[in-house]
Amino acid sequence: MGIQERLIEDVGLREGVSRLNEDSIQKTVNAVFQGETGARLKAYAEICLRCGMCTEACHFYLSHDKDPTYAPAAKVKQTIGTLLANGGRASPDQIYSMAQIAYSECNLCRRCVHYCPVGIDTAYMMITMRRICHKLGVTPQYIQDTAHSHSATFNQMWVKDDEWTDTLQWQEEEARDEFPDLRIPLDKEGADVYYSVIAPEPKFRTQLIYQAAAILHTAKIDWTMPAEPGWDNSDMCMFTGDFEMMGRLKRKHFESAQKLKVKRIVMGECGHAFRSVYDVGNRWAGWKHYPVPVVHSVEFFWELLTQGKIKLVSKYPGPVTLQDPCNIVRGRGLGDKLREVIRILVDGEIVETASNREHNLCCSAGGGVINCGPPFKNARVAACKAKADQLRATGVKTIIAPCHNCHGGLDDTVHKYELGMDIKFLGDIIYQCMERPEA
Amino acid sequence: MYDIYNFVTGPLVWVSFAILIFGSIYRLGSMYALAKKKDAVSLAYMDWKFSFRSIFNWLIPFKALGWKKNPVLTVVTYVFHICLLATPILLSAHIIMIEESWGVSWWNLPDATADIMTILVIACCAFFAGRRLLQKDVRFLTTGQDWLILAIAALPFITGFLAYHQLFNYQVMVIAHVLAGNIMIAAIPFTRISHMLFAVFTRAYIGSEFGGIRKAKDW
Ligand code: SF4
Ligand code: SF4
Repeated sequence: MGIQERLIEDVGLREGVSRLNEDSIQKTVNAVFQGETGARLKAYAEICLRCGMCTEACHFYLSHDKDPTYAPAAKVKQTIGTLLANGGRASPDQIYSMAQIAYSECNLCRRCVHYCPVGIDTAYMMITMRRICHKLGVTPQYIQDTAHSHSATFNQMWVKDDEWTDTLQWQEEEARDEFPDLRIPLDKEGADVYYSVIAPEPKFRTQLIYQAAAILHTAKIDWTMPAEPGWDNSDMCMFTGDFEMMGRLKRKHFESAQKLKVKRIVMGECGHAFRSVYDVGNRWAGWKHYPVPVVHSVEFFWELLTQGKIKLVSKYPGPVTLQDPCNIVRGRGLGDKLREVIRILVDGEIVETASNREHNLCCSAGGGVINCGPPFKNARVAACKAKADQLRATGVKTIIAPCHNCHGGLDDTVHKYELGMDIKFLGDIIYQCMERPEA
Repeated sequence: MYDIYNFVTGPLVWVSFAILIFGSIYRLGSMYALAKKKDAVSLAYMDWKFSFRSIFNWLIPFKALGWKKNPVLTVVTYVFHICLLATPILLSAHIIMIEESWGVSWWNLPDATADIMTILVIACCAFFAGRRLLQKDVRFLTTGQDWLILAIAALPFITGFLAYHQLFNYQVMVIAHVLAGNIMIAAIPFTRISHMLFAVFTRAYIGSEFGGIRKAKDW
């Protein structure tokens, strides 16, 4: 029991701590405490009652045989709490385990907030720990690679500028078999909709861009995609603790929309990117909300379907269950809209999981955890056991998950726990069921 | 003995209340100054409506998910806090003392009720202590300070109970009781009991974030 018995070898963490000593650690830790944190951290650290009410909130705890070291307050105690108690001093080995806890054993899902009587935000403490780790140069290798990609290319997946436009044109061409005059308009000034995606879409999931183009085209939306960097709305730097780069990313994203003078940004089915624009990156870059209106595709699809811009020729066969993505449901209150969209699309009922809406259990992939890569995969999927049990209990065959992270995480989960369920994006279903005027 | 009694019920009470009042002002003031200096990005989102919405919903027993999932703890927590605050304020012996020196008085609890409430506070403390010892996650979290505040909260009630029932040496017990009460009052701003001062604000803040930014409930 305890972090020492479950340490995972990761070259990023190992190399990172090899360059540290207690003095250098203390200097950096205290620079973050004194320079970047304030009353919030102080109050949280002081008034946490060690009551353990938050324990039952966390899927890591629930999935790991109630191992107390996975409880939210316990994770704080083993990271920020220890650093505060020791005046910022820690050994390189301690930093290794703290980094593992902060990066791979907390999804920043904030479910624990619903359990804490004094309103402590454990995710904030974990992200502060990650910030310290970033400044110490101790980051899991895989997620650091995406952060490097962000700083070099302004997208998460090392997609080169010509590859980006090539991919869009390729998808446009593919789609023209089905929709002869479909366009993916690039850099169109003054369009109603600027459609932005996360970099894994052009890299691995091009069919999602195809589907989005088909939907936007069918709904006769005046839309565009930017040809230049800024198109990627994702934000792994938010999760590594590289806040400087996070701010640059958000600025780039918004500026590319402002340059095109679009009316609003529609974001694809991704949760973390959405969090980054309304909650974290925008604030760092100095916007209280955001300079260009932003909607998530759940809201956008809701508009298209309720305004009759997309008509259906069939409905998706239900019953279905759904995965409420933390960042858009607990994080942005889209639970009702999501259900309305599903009711329009699905023939059959929505069988809710035992914890749902803002009380949902995280898919265990969010918060950058899935992005920490293969070394941490088994541990991540193990932490999804509680979720898998809830999904199995619904007895249905389809999970609707309007978020890339949830999708990726649940893919592994369905496989590991042999749930035999299909996982769908809303876009998959709309594309499959919509009326095609030109067909 | 009489001198000690006079001292603990006289100057020491003044000192304790002075520490409570000025200590609290200092703690709240410096925390606010720190928040203004370093947490502007958070303060900007504070919102009265959502602050009160959150506080209100968390005050209702079994409303928040945390209360629902910890039912026994919820009952104990409410009983504990109500008795802890109400008993000393509404105890006839305390009111009589205040009336003698200040000439003001207010409604008091029947002694038998106050006695039961005292026992409840002690029982709740025993429950909290039991949790700290026996429940794995809580044991993992517990620090010295948690035991300290538990003792600080329990002692005035234990000594008060013993004094009221004239168990052991009455005079010693009364003095111990007053002393324990003074310690408790003075400890509020500078121990974890400061959650009395700060929880309102942490709750208000998370309520504002959830209501205004995340458009979701935080209970
Ligand atoms: S994973 Fe979620 S519930 Fe668990 S500690 Fe992190 S924020 Fe809290
Ligand atoms: S519920 Fe809140 S106060 Fe209690 S241990 Fe968890 S974080 Fe601390």
